[in-house]
Amino acid sequence: MTFVYERLMGGKSGLSGFLILALFILIVLPLSLDLFRLNLVGKYLTYAFAAISLVLLWGYGGILSLGQGIFFGLGGYGMAMFLKLEASSPENTAIQSTPGIPDFMDWNQLTELPWFWVPFNSFTLTIIAILILPAAFAYLIGAAMFKRRVGGVYFAIITQVIAVILTVLIVGQQGFTGGINGITDLRTLNGWDITSNSAKYIFYFINCALLLTVIMASRFILTSKFGSLLLAIRDKEDRVRFSGYDVSNFKIFVFCFAALISAIGGAMFTLQVGFMSPSFVGIVPSIEMVIFAAVGGRMSLVGVVYGTLLINFGKTAFSESFPELWLFLMGGLFIAVVMFFPNGLAGIWKDYGHHLTNRLSGLRNWVQNSPAGATNKKMVDNT
Amino acid sequence: MDGYTYSELGSILAMQGFAGFSLFSVLLLMALGLAIIFGQMGVINMAHGEFMAVGAYTTYMLSTLTETYAPSLMPYYFFVAIVAAFLIAGLLGYIAEFVLIRHLYKRPLDTLLATWGLSLIMQQSFRSIFGAREVSPALPDWLLGSYQPTDTIDIPLNGMFVLGLTTVVTLGVYYLMFRSRWGLRVRATTQNRVMSGAVGINTTKVDRYTFALGCGIAGIAGAAFTTIASTGPTTGTLYIVDTFMVVVFGGAASLLGTILSAFTIAQAQSILEFFISGSMAKVYTLLALVLILMFKPEGLFASKIRR
Repeated sequence: MTFVYERLMGGKSGLSGFLILALFILIVLPLSLDLFRLNLVGKYLTYAFAAISLVLLWGYGGILSLGQGIFFGLGGYGMAMFLKLEASSPENTAIQSTPGIPDFMDWNQLTELPWFWVPFNSFTLTIIAILILPAAFAYLIGAAMFKRRVGGVYFAIITQVIAVILTVLIVGQQGFTGGINGITDLRTLNGWDITSNSAKYIFYFINCALLLTVIMASRFILTSKFGSLLLAIRDKEDRVRFSGYDVSNFKIFVFCFAALISAIGGAMFTLQVGFMSPSFVGIVPSIEMVIFAAVGGRMSLVGVVYGTLLINFGKTAFSESFPELWLFLMGGLFIAVVMFFPNGLAGIWKDYGHHLTNRLSGLRNWVQNSPAGATNKKMVDNT
Repeated sequence: MDGYTYSELGSILAMQGFAGFSLFSVLLLMALGLAIIFGQMGVINMAHGEFMAVGAYTTYMLSTLTETYAPSLMPYYFFVAIVAAFLIAGLLGYIAEFVLIRHLYKRPLDTLLATWGLSLIMQQSFRSIFGAREVSPALPDWLLGSYQPTDTIDIPLNGMFVLGLTTVVTLGVYYLMFRSRWGLRVRATTQNRVMSGAVGINTTKVDRYTFALGCGIAGIAGAAFTTIASTGPTTGTLYIVDTFMVVVFGGAASLLGTILSAFTIAQAQSILEFFISGSMAKVYTLLALVLILMFKPEGLFASKIRR
């Protein structure tokens, strides 16, 4: 019990934050929003996976990755490839010159399924690929970089370049990847209609459950000795190295774990939104993920979820009514967060939140002590 | 290479090579500014592409003004435009440093985010002021047409002009950084900020002018860019990653490294572009760069910097 309390929840404040978040996304939002909006929230929450990965990586590890879109995209494309293969069964694609392969391959004069698509016929292999490929890719990048002590801004730039390479590759290799349109027209998962209303609800709750699990797993990592070492590496890397730790292995591990989390987010994105395209892989989405983390609070696992929701709701609301204002606002937000609120929403809550909670508890005391409150209480006791 | 005779192949190489020179010029002009800012100050300026766009839009505005009010001056406006682009982009850079960057010198990763925010604001300003469509200035007649040394080789004049401009600017930067008192102060500040302050160099002022100079050069790059392609609100972002690669690959703070790496990247890309599709050329070039950087993280020419 103490293990769950201290290590997975992070003590009293962590537990209350976690429970409030769970209450908010599991009960309040589903009850107050219609399905369309709830589906949107589900989509935003998949970005929160990437934002959480950045808390570990950037907030605690001090490693700024501008390429979380890579892993989000790999996870998303993995799931999309499976769904696409299922959607392009020989019966569904009988009008094509080569039935049984995805439509965009047929348009690009491909006559058989490329070898790297074949494993995605199996659901089990797809899940394994989603969990392993992005992490393995992250291991390659991380090992090459951190072993050679490339860090800081160089790491940021190189991850960004890799994101560009992947985007250009996906867009350029239309026959293999669906090009700029991405992989669209996804219908069923093992014969189950993913566009139906019930499926949308179920995916939303699976997504929330996964998100909460990821928060717990991340909390477990951060409260362990590894978490303290991570912070130490962020603040004085050389000192940790001179104490006899192999800094690069710690960094590689956290980068792989972050990649895994983002990939799960990507896969859930595809399931809820019903398509995947290169516009969720490149520079802009990757930097937006950093902003979600920065606005929510780069040191707060729970805060970034609110940050992600807030920015995305703002984006939707503004781009509906004042599209030209949104970029100004977003740019201003970047600057303001970096300059004035380096710890984001979570930092503001930490600094000013106790005024609010004090006032609330004062109110509660007042209600309980006042005569009216006492009668109320009595009435509640009676009923 | 079936289908081509040797002389044709030679001409293709010469022309693609020259196309590479145009790309090289723009990349180098962009990278010079960035190398000064990143190499000397350690600031990641994600808005650098937007400062280039400022230069390009300045040129466009001047060409429209000249066309409307003084058509007879059309052949000469471009020189004024280059200077104006430098001054306006430099001034904006000066302001950005004063308002934004100087608070963030101790947090290099945060400058990256703040300047990205700045770039979003600048992009939207371009869109609000000049519209979402791409614009291009009316070029003076002497920039149009091409030079034909043989029947099969066709070299555009604007490319040659940009190459000349790049040479002049590069020499200017070299003089400023390595032969003038001001450059001495900048390099001293880079090598040891505290000590430079102790010997009486106003490091705050050095930082501000260095940043302004870097942005000003990006403005010149923008003016040069208008002769090659048209400018839109998002033009800057297209080049920013390539430019960063040039600077990182060349080894930040090394002028020779920046020149050589801009040359290598531009030539590799434009010669590959002829044989395979443009997107794959870019993929291979960037991939090769990433791989090289993994083995040689400090870039081609690293300078020893003490922080």
